Amino acid sequence: MVRRIRLNVSGMIFYILLTAFALLMLAPLVYMASTAFKPTAELFLFPPRFFFINPTWKNFHQLLLVTGTSFVPFTRYIFNSVIVTIGIVTGGVLTSAMAAFPLAKHRMRFRSAIFNMVVFALMFSPLVLQIPQYLVISKVGLMNTYFAQILPYMAAPVGMFLMVQFARQIPDALLEAARIDGASEWKVFLIVVLPMLKPAIATFALFSFITAWNDPYPALVYATHEDMKSLPIAIQTIGGGAGVVARVGTLAAASFLMIIPTMLVFIITQRMVLQTMAHSGLKE
Amino acid sequence: MSSAQSSVVTSTNIDSHTARKGWLAQLWTDLKQDRVSWFFLIPFLILFTLFTIVPIVTSVYLSFSYYNIIEAPRFIGVSNYRLLFVDDDIFLKAIGTTFKFAFVTGPVGYMMAFLLAWLISQIPIKYRFFYTLCFYTPSITSATAISVVWVYLFAGDRKGLINFWALKLGILHEPYLYLQNVNSIVPVIIIVSLWMSMGIGFLAFLAGLQNVPRDLYEAGSIDGVKYKWQELIYITLPAVKPQLLFGAILQVVTSLQIFDISVQLVGIPSPLYAGHTILTHLYDYAFIKFEMGYASAIAVVLFLIMIGLNRLIFNWLGRD
Repeated sequence: MVRRIRLNVSGMIFYILLTAFALLMLAPLVYMASTAFKPTAELFLFPPRFFFINPTWKNFHQLLLVTGTSFVPFTRYIFNSVIVTIGIVTGGVLTSAMAAFPLAKHRMRFRSAIFNMVVFALMFSPLVLQIPQYLVISKVGLMNTYFAQILPYMAAPVGMFLMVQFARQIPDALLEAARIDGASEWKVFLIVVLPMLKPAIATFALFSFITAWNDPYPALVYATHEDMKSLPIAIQTIGGGAGVVARVGTLAAASFLMIIPTMLVFIITQRMVLQTMAHSGLKE
Repeated sequence: MSSAQSSVVTSTNIDSHTARKGWLAQLWTDLKQDRVSWFFLIPFLILFTLFTIVPIVTSVYLSFSYYNIIEAPRFIGVSNYRLLFVDDDIFLKAIGTTFKFAFVTGPVGYMMAFLLAWLISQIPIKYRFFYTLCFYTPSITSATAISVVWVYLFAGDRKGLINFWALKLGILHEPYLYLQNVNSIVPVIIIVSLWMSMGIGFLAFLAGLQNVPRDLYEAGSIDGVKYKWQELIYITLPAVKPQLLFGAILQVVTSLQIFDISVQLVGIPSPLYAGHTILTHLYDYAFIKFEMGYASAIAVVLFLIMIGLNRLIFNWLGRD
């Protein structure tokens, strides 16, 4: 009885407010998308308009055309970002899934010590370690290689933590059954653990994809050659530096292209991500 | 227990060397016995050691030395720290800005994330995804890419969206320079970061809230819980405490590592260093001035602030 009244009166207000706030959060992204499709005449319209009137693909053509003739074509930046991101995601998923198995399911020495180190690493930003990381990379001679932009980011503590937490709830009986059937630990890992870790792997992939794809840092620091720089740096260059509005349309088109993949990956993985995050709890 | 103790005592009596060897031998047999586990761990451990553990040690070492990459590091004691806290006005200002910023975005972003996650958990499952997407997407957009929108929104001339409406509605009489005026730089950065703050913590809350056992609520209503807020405080919050701790730790780290947004919107150095944070100062000294020793001291200070705050939170929220 009480529930029904709530749904009719305050429930309505609740939905209206929540939806309004959700749309407000989305507004900057919608504005960017709409700017990407505006023809030049509408870009500098006064008073400013939120939506386009005559949508056009011109900005996207412009993006490839203008940057196509320059020293490093725009497609090269895309290529670099794709390579680095794939490297970080697949490398990270493999090493972390492998490491999560013994940390969650084996009785071994130093198990809790290693896990505590991972939890400790959650408590500070990897950005405070950038100087020694840079020194390691430059001393090993990896500057201006893809490895420099991939290796330091593979062992991500947040993803690793979630992976171990998720692996803990795999039933021991299942592992035992496989062992009794004569499977080696590697086989147990490949046939039993890996398929059951799928939601955690999707989550790890989502988070490391987002960081790898968006972070201008690695290319800023580990690449001195222009042809090794990544997409975020290219966008900064098109933008002409901090606080400057130059070539708005082209810039919006590039930014739009950059944001689409992260949204897609989230839409694909969201169900599995929420399943994994249920195990994200921390206790002393 | 007692037999192990007595064997240690007797062996120390006879020969301390064999006792140590016994401990090492035990370690060796353990490692050999667990070798399959170690094979699984090795790739991760190598990367983790090389890019997390070694860098922590190196940072501390470098922070006590003068190092410009070309010459070998020279030990100079605590003078980096003395310089940092006594003479470097810009650093003290950066600490102030970072804290001013973190004390707003930290708690506000955290509570907003929890509140929105809780609201979403109250609506039917089929509508949840739309709202989740709306709130979560800003946090996964690249700060670089979206700055095209903010720069236009906060533009200092009358064509900027906010200036346009403020002038039209008569709130302002002349355009305001949001990204150049010292007083508005921090608030603008705060707004942008709050917009992007529904991240991993938000997802953790969402997942935690969806998995609170139904019978807890039923038991609650039998025990006399009448209103939604009572349910929230007495049942929901304690049930998701582990997720709250996880979210809090990530929130501390993200609100102190403000860098991207500041650099994108106001640059390095920002006007009168108004948007200068600890990390921009670090970047400035490390990769523009190449004073790696001094920059390491900055890194160590930020590291200690993060660890210290997170220890406090652990003690406060981590207890059962």
